[in-house]
Amino acid sequence: MTGDSVFFSRVLTETTLTFHIIYATLGVGVPLMIMIAQWIGIKKNDQYYILLARRWTRGFVITVAVGVVTGTAIGLQLSLLWPNFMVLAGNVIALPLFMETFAFFFEAIFLGIYLYTWDRFENQKKHLLLLIPVAIGASFSAVFITIVNSFMNAPQGFDLINGQLENVNPIMAMFNPAMPTKVAHVVVTAYMTSAFVLASIAAFRLATGSKHVYHKKALLLTMKLGLVFSIATAIIGDFSGKYLAEYQPEKLAAAEWHFETSSEAPLLMYGILDENNEVKYAIEIPFALSILAHWWPSAVVTGLDQFPPDEIPPLYIHYLFDTMVTIGIGLLLLSLIYWFGVKRGWSFVHSKLFLWFAVLSGPLAMIAIEAGWWLAEVGRQPWILRGIMRTADAATTNPNVDLMLVLFSILYIILGIGTIIVMIRMFKRNPIEKELADREIEKGGMLK
Amino acid sequence: MNLEIIGISVLMAFLFGYIMVGAIDFGASFFNAYSLIIEKEHILTNIIQRYLSPVWEVTNVFLVFFFVGIVGFFPQTAFYYGTTLLIPVSIGIVLLAIRGSYYAFETYGNRGHKGYAFIYGLSGLFLPASLSIVLTISEGGYIYIKDGKPILDYWVLFTEPLTWSVVLLSITAVLYISAVFLTWYANKAGDKEATRLMRKYALIWALPLIITAAGIIVELKGHNPEHFDNIMNLWWMFAISFILWCMTVYLLWQRRNYGEAFLLLVAQFALAFYGYGISHYPYLLYPHLTIYDGFTNEAMAISLIIAFILGFCLLVPSLYLLLRLFLFSKKYVSGK
Repeated sequence: MTGDSVFFSRVLTETTLTFHIIYATLGVGVPLMIMIAQWIGIKKNDQYYILLARRWTRGFVITVAVGVVTGTAIGLQLSLLWPNFMVLAGNVIALPLFMETFAFFFEAIFLGIYLYTWDRFENQKKHLLLLIPVAIGASFSAVFITIVNSFMNAPQGFDLINGQLENVNPIMAMFNPAMPTKVAHVVVTAYMTSAFVLASIAAFRLATGSKHVYHKKALLLTMKLGLVFSIATAIIGDFSGKYLAEYQPEKLAAAEWHFETSSEAPLLMYGILDENNEVKYAIEIPFALSILAHWWPSAVVTGLDQFPPDEIPPLYIHYLFDTMVTIGIGLLLLSLIYWFGVKRGWSFVHSKLFLWFAVLSGPLAMIAIEAGWWLAEVGRQPWILRGIMRTADAATTNPNVDLMLVLFSILYIILGIGTIIVMIRMFKRNPIEKELADREIEKGGMLK
Repeated sequence: MNLEIIGISVLMAFLFGYIMVGAIDFGASFFNAYSLIIEKEHILTNIIQRYLSPVWEVTNVFLVFFFVGIVGFFPQTAFYYGTTLLIPVSIGIVLLAIRGSYYAFETYGNRGHKGYAFIYGLSGLFLPASLSIVLTISEGGYIYIKDGKPILDYWVLFTEPLTWSVVLLSITAVLYISAVFLTWYANKAGDKEATRLMRKYALIWALPLIITAAGIIVELKGHNPEHFDNIMNLWWMFAISFILWCMTVYLLWQRRNYGEAFLLLVAQFALAFYGYGISHYPYLLYPHLTIYDGFTNEAMAISLIIAFILGFCLLVPSLYLLLRLFLFSKKYVSGK
């Protein structure tokens, strides 16, 4: 029975996180995008950017509301599904969890105010000020939660003496070795993904026939932001590799199918693993794994041979790694070409084909986020708290987890479909051309 | 005062905050749905839109604070309550999802679907009922330990009269708190018809509230005599609470000072809630867990308290700003 509870607890947690991360990523990134658009609008005195901020906000609110629900769900499920882990975690890493709630509280208060005060301020700048705590609160929520996750990967700040926790230091636990790269990676990829999701919307309008300058401005802005954050992501990704090589070599080795410890290690991209654990059809980039892990082509990279078989994560995480990295680099190139093309006046970046690639950028970025989180979580197995507690020992003993899995799956399907329907309806009923016309009439009316 | 007491006081403050703001939110949705059935929706919908939409996320955060805080201060609760409450709390999450998605899809998107408003209203009754089970279970007698694993006995849970008394109290309290608050809010908005309607609801639910509350104390005498004796030692808190209730009802009856009436109600519930909480001391779960054996280490407790104080300094001004804009601003409340 207990084995079943562990299995279903894992599946339910994976389901909740896979669903929640979509809303959480947008919740962290989109406020910054809104802020940038509104700021440019005020600075250039350009109504289009203000309107951009306004319309993004309308969509954002829906994702936040669903994110609140799924976030509450995962918050409670931590205790419901992993009680033994939470007893331990509560003693050592409760502080950032608690602070995350404050950060979200702060965000929620100001989001409520920002939303319902669009026309209550004569001065747009004052209204923009309200968005700063929203963006800060959103980003800090991500920072604090990611700190908890990094603690699971590199636990420290306590001693286990005969099974008893001693010398707990909550600050040490927070500033664990995994924290800098993990926090930076999560926050920056949230910005990157949000930029590309918003770019997709603008590109879709342009690809389906609109020639409105509003969409062109939107696409250029989001592509530029996407480029900046993709570059940042690539740099941080490189540091993440170095962190893994130092502190979680088994995760890096499993993601890279690096079976034997060696120097001058090549990086394997793609390929498949046959039944004898032989790699086939992979592309080998000489020295690249050694460079990724330790800066130098001659560096020794620890392989899976150094670990007992029951402490090695599933090897399919290599595919997740490939997915994440390929999409990341692809989007970097896409936004680079677009930016360069617009600057140089290349006409093909305005072609239908290119625009359709841009439409794909948002969904692809989201797939990369999913692959990245799956890599992070599956790559930590069999541990829930690396080296301290196994996932199997952390799960609930309650036999009804399978029923709850069904219940929550239905819930997420309804919420997901609902979000899509409401968003499409909202923007179809009020396209930019109509909103611009309405605002003209409003202003005209005021002048009389 | 020791750290354990500070910890549980912080948690009780959040729980009380959630009970009050949550009750307003839950009750309002029920009245909204009810008015749809009796075809008076135009009276209430507006008020609910203007007040609830900007603040519902804030309401939800009080709950999150409570359950994150309790695992922080008392990690052992995750073992006892986390293991046993899988089904009731999961149902609670689904009900919360119904409410959250109503705000997301109906009020921010396109509103107007009656069926949805109806389900949303019902969730306003079921949610307090499902969450109140946690308080019932804490009285002991529902959880037994087998092979070192805590198990919730559903048969006992559903056949004990105490369970149903607590469910009834949660519902009457939600409707009463919400009606008194909305009477004041409608009056402030200058909406005479809505004021009249909400005042009527408030007076209707006042008596059932007191009867169900008194009923629970009687039930406890049989179910948990130790807790009952502790309550009797704190009789004066409950007596003052009762007097405050009388004053609120009097003001409502006289159609005056609705604002003061609501403040008296907050004080009435605070006294009863803290009286209940103090008499529950030192148990988090009769008879398995006290605040002393379930407490976290000293370093964590101190850092949580510091974080709480710093966070509080940040939140109080922000909350004040929120209330000033959406609650105390006459211009906003009346929809100008």
